[in-house]
Amino acid sequence: MDTSEDILHQASPDLVRGSETARRSKAARLSPSFISWLQAGPMMLVFLAFFLIPLVFVVIVSFWDYNEYQLLPAFSGRGYTDTFEGCIAQLPELCTIGKTYLMTLKLCFMVWAITLFIGFWVAYFLAFHVKSKTWQMGLSLLCTIPFWTSNVIRMIAWIPLLGRNGLVNSGLVKTGLINHPLEWLLFSEFSVVLALVHLFTFFMVVPIFNSMVRIDKSLIEAAYDAGATGFQTLVNVVIPLAKPGIVIGSIFVITIVMGDFITIGVMGGQQIAAAGKIIETRVNALQFPAAAANAVILLAITFLIITMMSRIVDIKKEL
Amino acid sequence: MKEGRPRSFYVLAVFFAAYTLFLYGPMIAIYVLSFQGPQGGLTFPMNGVSTFWIAKLFQGTGIVDLGAAFRRSLLLGVIVMIVTVVLSVAAGMAFRRKFKAQSILFYSAIASLIVPSIITSLGISLEFRIIDDLIKAHWNENFETSMGLLTSGLGAHLTWTLPFGLLIMFAIFNRFDPRLEEAARDLGATPWQTFRHVVLPIILPSVIGIGLFGFTLSWDELARSSQAIGAVNTLPLDLQGLTTTVTNPDIYALGTVISAVSFTVITLALGTIHVLNKRQAAKGSDAGKGLV
Repeated sequence: MDTSEDILHQASPDLVRGSETARRSKAARLSPSFISWLQAGPMMLVFLAFFLIPLVFVVIVSFWDYNEYQLLPAFSGRGYTDTFEGCIAQLPELCTIGKTYLMTLKLCFMVWAITLFIGFWVAYFLAFHVKSKTWQMGLSLLCTIPFWTSNVIRMIAWIPLLGRNGLVNSGLVKTGLINHPLEWLLFSEFSVVLALVHLFTFFMVVPIFNSMVRIDKSLIEAAYDAGATGFQTLVNVVIPLAKPGIVIGSIFVITIVMGDFITIGVMGGQQIAAAGKIIETRVNALQFPAAAANAVILLAITFLIITMMSRIVDIKKEL
Repeated sequence: MKEGRPRSFYVLAVFFAAYTLFLYGPMIAIYVLSFQGPQGGLTFPMNGVSTFWIAKLFQGTGIVDLGAAFRRSLLLGVIVMIVTVVLSVAAGMAFRRKFKAQSILFYSAIASLIVPSIITSLGISLEFRIIDDLIKAHWNENFETSMGLLTSGLGAHLTWTLPFGLLIMFAIFNRFDPRLEEAARDLGATPWQTFRHVVLPIILPSVIGIGLFGFTLSWDELARSSQAIGAVNTLPLDLQGLTTTVTNPDIYALGTVISAVSFTVITLALGTIHVLNKRQAAKGSDAGKGLV
């Protein structure tokens, strides 16, 4: 009992008894850290069971042996040696895995550049030119709704437009610009990039928009007042302050394209090799250690890219 | 700044309109084409208008057993939605205090979001294969598999929906006024009462948003399901399987039916959010708004 309670005790004994009951009932309640565990524990368990442990298994199995039928739990580097087969012998020619990754990085770069351009200007329009909150909400929603619908459908949707007898080709033939339908419109690198941009620009718009709405408008007015041109304001004020959003959006888009096998499969007519598709092919052939080895390589490269990008910005601070 | 709208406004407005057309144009094209006449093909022009292909889908004579896959996807979507909402709200509440393993959970969620889906999917499938092998070796030789829609499939979908749920919770509590809870506590409310009668009603519109993400992301999920769903297919997997052998508009019809479900859910959710927001604005406190 501290001194204030002593004094109180002398003045009114009942009061102190009351404070003791209050203290006891507080102790009977759950401790705050236990409540935190109760609240966060279930989600942690899901990530443990369906994300972290599976990742550990990917790494372990990548060092297992295999035959045509099954996994053999014995240490082997075969998953990796099979993957890199011929890479040294064929030098200076690129081996299959090298070519595949080069192709994946090329797609990645094109999609990144295009989604960044579109995403930046869409976000800029929403954040700076749309003044009313209602309109801002409505137009953001307009950009978000397709994200809640099926990706496969949004891929198939290009077929009637880009196919040999599709709208684009028949339109071009009719106007006499071309004599024969263009073959490269569908099931090509072009259609893969188009579909990836179509599907994933959303991931660029949202974080860039988030960074931009937080920019204090008076900073931009100050730049104008100080005599900066629109372009100077953009380069020296808006872009540096929107950088966190740009980096987060870029991480999303790059990791999605690095691991994609569905869009590249469907829109490439199953003809284009990519990092994600190798894994799928190996799994379909039941070569799990080889699939796992490819997954580890993909994970390492993705991780490398993310580390380089997150050097530029502290992700945790931005959310 | 100058009065009126600058020229850049009009340039960007056109750009935005073009982007919207790019987003929606192709989708609308296949919705229209799914109403092709019976003789119609895969492209424009329309060869008559009919519900032939959609009806064919429901008769079960078409390309897939629509009914079974439809029910499976719906069941999984609803369960994923409920689990996502409950776990995200709970974890979101936890993040308002400091607790151990906070950053582990945060980085797990972010990693789960950005590690390529095919890797997560492969990992889950390996995990369940190894569990199966263990059960077969030690307990039951005739054991088939523990992989399935509501085991590995559910887990795979949650690794995709939970990060979104958690990030939405962060956004909610960033602009939540903790004085409201203090007031409730001062009036003698228990922690549960404070949550049930003060916090939950305020965050409810956004919680419905989490549910919307949970259902739609699961309903359309493909990459994570691909290796981890087990023997049966969900609707998007069936649809993807069809893309390689497509000859008839029934693939568009299937796409239209799947989208119809998505749009129904989106409309319901957004409508509810709108009503809740309106009610909050009408019944909310007028404190600080002056005396009149």
